[in-house]
Amino acid sequence: MIPLEINGKRQNIDLPGETPLLWTLRDELGLTGTKFGCGMALCGACTVHLDGQAVRSCVTPISTAANKKVVTIEAIGNAPVGKTLQAAWVDLGVPQCGYCQAGQIMSAAALLAHNAKPTDAQIDEAMSGNICRCGTYTRIRAAIKQAVAKRGGTQ
Amino acid sequence: MSAPVARTTRLDAAASVERPLIVANVSRRRFLQGVSALGGLVLAVGYRSAGGAQEAKKYGADGMPNGWVDNPLAFVSVAVDGTVTIVCHRSEMGQGVRTGMPMIVADELEADWKRVRIAQAPGDEKKFGNQDTDGSRSTRHFFEPMRRCGAAARTMLEAAAAERWKVPVSEVEAKNHEVVHRPTRRRLGFGSLAKAAAGRPVPARETLRLKDPKQFRYIGKGQLKLVDGRDIVSGKAQYGIDTRLDGMLYAVVARPPVYGGKVASFEATEALKVPGVQKVVQIEDSPPPAHFNPLGGVAVIARNTWAAMQGRQALKITWDDGPNAGYDSVAFKTTLEESAHKPGKVVRNDGDFAAAAAGAARRLEAEYYIPHLAHATMEAPAATVRITNGKCEVWGCFQSPQAARDLVAKRLGMSADDVIVHVTLLGGGFGRKSKPDYAIEAAVLSKAVDGKPVKVTWTRDDDLHNGYYHTVSVEHLEAGVDARGKPVAWLHRSVAPTIISTFNPAAKNEAPFELGMGVINVPFAIPNVRIENPEATAHTRIGWFRSVSNIPHAFAVQSFVAELAAAAGRDPKDFLLEVIGPARQVSPEMLSDTWNHGESPERYPVDTGRLRRVAEVAAREAGWGKTLPKGRALGIAAHYSFVSYIAAVVEVAVDDKGMLTIPRVDMAVDCGACVNPDRVRAQMEGACVMGVGIATLGEISFKGGRVEQDNFNSYQVTRMAEAPRDIRVHIIPGDYRKPMGGVGEPGVPPIPPALCNAIFAATGKRIRRLPIRDQLKA
Repeated sequence: MIPLEINGKRQNIDLPGETPLLWTLRDELGLTGTKFGCGMALCGACTVHLDGQAVRSCVTPISTAANKKVVTIEAIGNAPVGKTLQAAWVDLGVPQCGYCQAGQIMSAAALLAHNAKPTDAQIDEAMSGNICRCGTYTRIRAAIKQAVAKRGGTQ
Repeated sequence: MSAPVARTTRLDAAASVERPLIVANVSRRRFLQGVSALGGLVLAVGYRSAGGAQEAKKYGADGMPNGWVDNPLAFVSVAVDGTVTIVCHRSEMGQGVRTGMPMIVADELEADWKRVRIAQAPGDEKKFGNQDTDGSRSTRHFFEPMRRCGAAARTMLEAAAAERWKVPVSEVEAKNHEVVHRPTRRRLGFGSLAKAAAGRPVPARETLRLKDPKQFRYIGKGQLKLVDGRDIVSGKAQYGIDTRLDGMLYAVVARPPVYGGKVASFEATEALKVPGVQKVVQIEDSPPPAHFNPLGGVAVIARNTWAAMQGRQALKITWDDGPNAGYDSVAFKTTLEESAHKPGKVVRNDGDFAAAAAGAARRLEAEYYIPHLAHATMEAPAATVRITNGKCEVWGCFQSPQAARDLVAKRLGMSADDVIVHVTLLGGGFGRKSKPDYAIEAAVLSKAVDGKPVKVTWTRDDDLHNGYYHTVSVEHLEAGVDARGKPVAWLHRSVAPTIISTFNPAAKNEAPFELGMGVINVPFAIPNVRIENPEATAHTRIGWFRSVSNIPHAFAVQSFVAELAAAAGRDPKDFLLEVIGPARQVSPEMLSDTWNHGESPERYPVDTGRLRRVAEVAAREAGWGKTLPKGRALGIAAHYSFVSYIAAVVEVAVDDKGMLTIPRVDMAVDCGACVNPDRVRAQMEGACVMGVGIATLGEISFKGGRVEQDNFNSYQVTRMAEAPRDIRVHIIPGDYRKPMGGVGEPGVPPIPPALCNAIFAATGKRIRRLPIRDQLKA
């Protein structure tokens, strides 16, 4: 049994400790908002927060996540920064197919939680692990900037 | 507002008798006898049977399998609480069709968008018309039928209100979710009219009153947000990979690594020891032609996806690779080049190329190479199947749900009537998800576990190793130019394995639909034009990839025009306009194009005025001619595809180490009138990024018959830092009374040549082989 705290809820998971957090979330817990894209931490679709840090859940064994706070896209809107980002995403019509956007928002939320007013280069760096095959990058950057402006550049 | 299903009155609740009006004009032609289950595919590839040839040729939606339907009973329902549900029958893969298509209905219906819900149609083309979401066709084929659909439903509501008030119907009109009696200003909400309207006859098509486009409230305004936007950003949106059913099992499949290969033997003992693994099932191999059949292989069925993946890794499989084991991309490039240096099948011949070239002041030639590409949709293929009591249910991300339905039925030996295909959102499509091989895999596996629900997930390496790849091509061009450098003779030899080979291995020439993608239908003002198509043999599954053959053709043609401009010492934009020539309407037949994107040559001639205009607008908006610092320059390309006209001006910056960045791209698009201009912009932005990826990074290569790329580390796609910083889309205003063009695909083709033309302008280096990768490095 591995104790996990996911979106504020504690639960014990009966799976081998090497099972990636991604498949535990998706297949065992029904939290399908976190997406599978590559399985090798190359695309960012599976990004979640582990104690506030953006991590790729496809390569994070649940044994590593034990006793840490996991936040997924399903709950990121509970945090002001997440809610502001979601609103900016909708307002600017960022998504096309939308599949990667959960991961994009999770990466952006981790960025803004640590850096209230990132530069373009800092945005590029923080977001470079997230692939969008539809090519929504210019709108992602604009949405992050809009969220920064809405939050007044403060934390 | 909630609308319990039981209280929802479908307009057709009482209509058990099919009304003859409803399905009139639905094409049921079969274009290739013997493979009728193919549905949309057959017409799309331009094959026609001898039997079909006797019929009058049909165009547009009329020419698609199962045509169009404009019956409001199929698409619209009004609940007694006033909720209007509009069915979207095309698949959403990021183009915004679930917003745009219902918007058309809602506008004519005078529905209040806030009270509209969207329902996704199952695969059922008899009921909804063609659903093959491909070819940039949804809006241009269904704009008119969806308008009529909304207008008919509105008319039924108006008639119900007039009857209730016992007033002439001419005195009432629907306005923002109500019907108003003009003389007395009485009002009745749509909800209170729902039941009465449901009993009304569907009005005859010719009696419908459509809005004057000036009255549109949603169409063309670009004010509505995406219907799925909120769900997407909160993780609630459901894709094919997200299906969950009670008792569902999870499967991954080890497929033959070489096209045409099969399992020689396998050993599953270790796989079955992996915790969570429940069963190992062999899927019968399907020898070429690939069609949409699963490739076969060995499936591992488990408690969760991870266990299935671990189990698959523990399988010991010996493959019999078959005849394509020697497929090698390096060697094949040479093969294609050799073919390109010899005459091939003549597919267009205007004037006399040889004589004109012999008499020309100067001759130039160039050759371009574009490798295989993989769609690499962020959501790899995924499907779930459950079989219970003789019925089969399928859930998945399908561009062609009717094909999924027909082929699953065929594989299971069931009637298609007993197969229901539920269409989820698609995490990208780009043509990959037109081929429902993964649905058949899930069906085979569900059957193997007594009909229990099984979800098949493709991993990224599956997706890259077992795709339906964009073709690989060598494009050989020659020109004879006059003393001023203007071309008087033009030869283009295009050599590429055809998509038809996926259905008929004997096919070695490009099909009309491939030639009609920017190689023969080039409307240049050049008197002597010869287009040849030497043969090429396919050694893997070739399939549609967003904008298809336009990618290599536009890259070659638009690069070569810029090369001629450079040779003549002319401005590339002015030279391009001169080669396009004066504004005129060119009949596709004059260009030997019998396909014309499936559209009528009369309604859709090639309009060089529109092509000129997009080039001029993109150039003007980009500030063509402006002074830029060293290492920075602009490049232009303009291309006609999917009956739309698009030009791009790319600005590049190349530093002294050969590092490429793209500060800005201006795209001008003339796709006729727009339903949702913001999505047109979004499609251009996305096409631009995909075009940059194709030009700079994308390559699938084969060695020993196997794809060499495994994941996004070796099959690279554009990331944020390498993407253009600023993409400006300039939409040419259109007229709703004129035919519309496509949007999803035509933005891609002009990008690689515009980018390479800019690189040439900045550095003097001409790129003729894609991807660029490190070719700019010193």
